[in-house]
Amino acid sequence: MHVSISAEHLFSLFGIPVSNTMLTALVASFLLVIFSYFATRRMKKIPSGMQNFFEWGIEQLFQLVENVMDDRKLAFRFFPLIATFFFFILVSNWMGLLPGFGSIGFYEHGALVPYFRSATADLNTTLAFAMISVIIIQIAGIAALGFRHYGKKFFNFSSPINFFVGLLELISEFAKIISFSFRLFGAVLAGEILLTVITGLVPYVLPLPFMGLELFIGAVQALVFVLLTMVFLKIAMAAQEH
Amino acid sequence: MPELKFLAIGIAIGLAAIGAGFGIGKIVAQAIESTGRNPEAHGKIFTMMILGAALTEALAIYALVLSLMILFK
Repeated sequence: MHVSISAEHLFSLFGIPVSNTMLTALVASFLLVIFSYFATRRMKKIPSGMQNFFEWGIEQLFQLVENVMDDRKLAFRFFPLIATFFFFILVSNWMGLLPGFGSIGFYEHGALVPYFRSATADLNTTLAFAMISVIIIQIAGIAALGFRHYGKKFFNFSSPINFFVGLLELISEFAKIISFSFRLFGAVLAGEILLTVITGLVPYVLPLPFMGLELFIGAVQALVFVLLTMVFLKIAMAAQEH
Repeated sequence: MPELKFLAIGIAIGLAAIGAGFGIGKIVAQAIESTGRNPEAHGKIFTMMILGAALTEALAIYALVLSLMILFK
């Protein structure tokens, strides 16, 4: 059994290395665009079929955002970001369960290089998500409280204790990037390894319940990513007590 | 001694699993108890439970990623 932690290099395009996860990230984006196009192609007042299904999904997600943010205006402002994160991570997680992912490829130096690998099973993708999320959180905090007030959370010279607390807050902002990226990456990669091991042990029937488990975990991880983003956004935008 | 590598992986993931197991057990137990006390709040409690469980589970996942890095490097 061979497991690669990092994404495999496929080919180079104008000197830029292209890995298999970049390919699947593109495929996932195209899938989302195509689905959205067909869902909204013939919009009707009374939805049916695909439009109905998509409206239901968007509505459920919006209700969740509204519940967590506790404010309809804030929910409207951040919903596009949250929904993009959610649907992209969800599609990427679930794409990794399709047959052919990790099994179709070519041999290089005696190791299989698969053409497809779930986009979230690559630390680069999840790190990019985490950095976007944390930077947006900082921007939202500054926009809501003002630069001086928000900065006081991290650089506070009023007393030694407050200075130390601010230092810890600063470290925890960077820890957010690490925890966001490693959680998603670890959960998806662990799921793929689990499926590989189970399929290697008993190829028939037994992997089926684990497939269901991975479907569940893929959805939960996407949900957790957006939930945490929303909670941190709320904390960043809340005025500090003195 | 390269064999010690495997011992390290076993200890790391085992300890992480103990911690995360305790944590998630406590979170779910409390969530069930609060749902029993106040069944109408099921939706909110469930969301908070998933959030807490995922935060705790993440600690075990860090250990898992580290052990995978030790194992396959």
